[in-house]
Amino acid sequence: MKKKNQNHIIVPQPGQRRFYGLGIPGVKLEELIGKLIVVEGADGSGRSTQIAQLVNSLETGGHATVQVGLKRSSLVSEELAQAQEGNILSRTTLSLFYATDFADQLENIIVPALKAGFIVLADRYVYTLMARDMVRGMDEAWLKNLYGIAPVPDAVFYLEVEAEELVQRNLSKNATLDYWESGMDLGLSRDMFDSFLQYQTAMQCAFRELQKSYGFTIVNGNRSVQAITQELRKKISAVLAAK
Amino acid sequence: MKTFAERNFPGRLIAVEGLDGSGKSTQIYLLKRWLEAEGVRVYFSEWNSSELVKSATSKGKKRELLTPTTFSLIHATDFADRYERHLLPLLRAGYVVLCDRYIFTAFGRDVVRGCPPDWVRGIYNFAVLPDLTFFFKADLEVSLRRILEGRPKLKFFEAGMDMRLSADPYESFRIFQGRILEQYLAMSTEFNFNVIDANQRVEVQQAIVRQIISQGIDLSQFKRTNPLPLPPPLRVNPKSVELEDESLE
Repeated sequence: MKKKNQNHIIVPQPGQRRFYGLGIPGVKLEELIGKLIVVEGADGSGRSTQIAQLVNSLETGGHATVQVGLKRSSLVSEELAQAQEGNILSRTTLSLFYATDFADQLENIIVPALKAGFIVLADRYVYTLMARDMVRGMDEAWLKNLYGIAPVPDAVFYLEVEAEELVQRNLSKNATLDYWESGMDLGLSRDMFDSFLQYQTAMQCAFRELQKSYGFTIVNGNRSVQAITQELRKKISAVLAAK
Repeated sequence: MKTFAERNFPGRLIAVEGLDGSGKSTQIYLLKRWLEAEGVRVYFSEWNSSELVKSATSKGKKRELLTPTTFSLIHATDFADRYERHLLPLLRAGYVVLCDRYIFTAFGRDVVRGCPPDWVRGIYNFAVLPDLTFFFKADLEVSLRRILEGRPKLKFFEAGMDMRLSADPYESFRIFQGRILEQYLAMSTEFNFNVIDANQRVEVQQAIVRQIISQGIDLSQFKRTNPLPLPPPLRVNPKSVELEDESLE
């Protein structure tokens, strides 16, 4: 494994498309003429709301958009959902299963859409997958090699919301906390509320760690929807203006 | 990367690699019989995939949905599942584990499909190296004849049809296997393969393999204190030749 780029900062740059690592065979980077915009954040961070807003403003502005997310591949999404239900796969296996799901969508949705000049809005990208695995003790260098198949996006926004605020938002929406979003598989605490707080705090640390090498934009997600939308729009216009 | 012995595992892993039709499965079966008779705690990994991974893999294969990258990743998922669920506990418990194919199969196959070698190796670097690896090296024509003799129905990916090497599945299979053989030969020194001339008689090969194992592993350490009765031989149809991907269908 190549270690030299481990702490090198790869900041998304307009104009020249590249992969984070060794890339995928058969894809010509210069053909990926669209834009890839990623919104990252925990459940309850306002991701979906912001993406819906962005789709509206981009489409009214005349841009064709495509939305992608995690666990939506035709190849393994069903099996992944079942694996989560039963919590039966060990960590490397689950990690690679998620990577397969990501790669399938990358090659079948993201790459074709970028070739066609679409703006791809990704509801989470490799960073969430990496952060989850890092919290579960997987090696960061191993993850970086694995996700070296990912093209560097044109913009990445991480909506950071305090764990206490996330609890409030999740409870007001679903009245319960999700098993996986609470990191219950880690055995941090038998108490779900407690586990949720600990897990989400650990996830934020992992994101901060990843930010050092991937240089994405951390957005304060504790503010109002409008304030965040405005910030995102401004930054995305700059991305779109750059050729 | 280190071997299980170097990582202080109580168990040992012996892997066999080679093309389809090289006779490696026969050799590993005879090896298992010998070790059982010696009273060694031996386990032959049959690579049973878990249902979930199997379901995704066979869906991908049937619908021809896989690219070189997803093909590689879904097989890595399957390997990780077997490795973590199956191999590691046995090796922690002090077994001699026999594996019909190991990570080198993926290294050869995925690189031939165009995946970057460093990427593939990086993904598999969670797997500890075998203590002994035997590579059964048969002439390409001999292996091909053994497989293709009966004109079996070759499956899409197993024939390498996804690489568009040839419109004819048999021709495609030939080219694909030839390229995999090149990869095996290139890895041979790097990973300390014990190269066995698979054009020799079965008995000759087996004698060499047993000798190498006796020299490389102190089998007395792995003997059961209360030997189990010898299990009955497997009823295998001598006509059936195994192809690599069959276990996943």
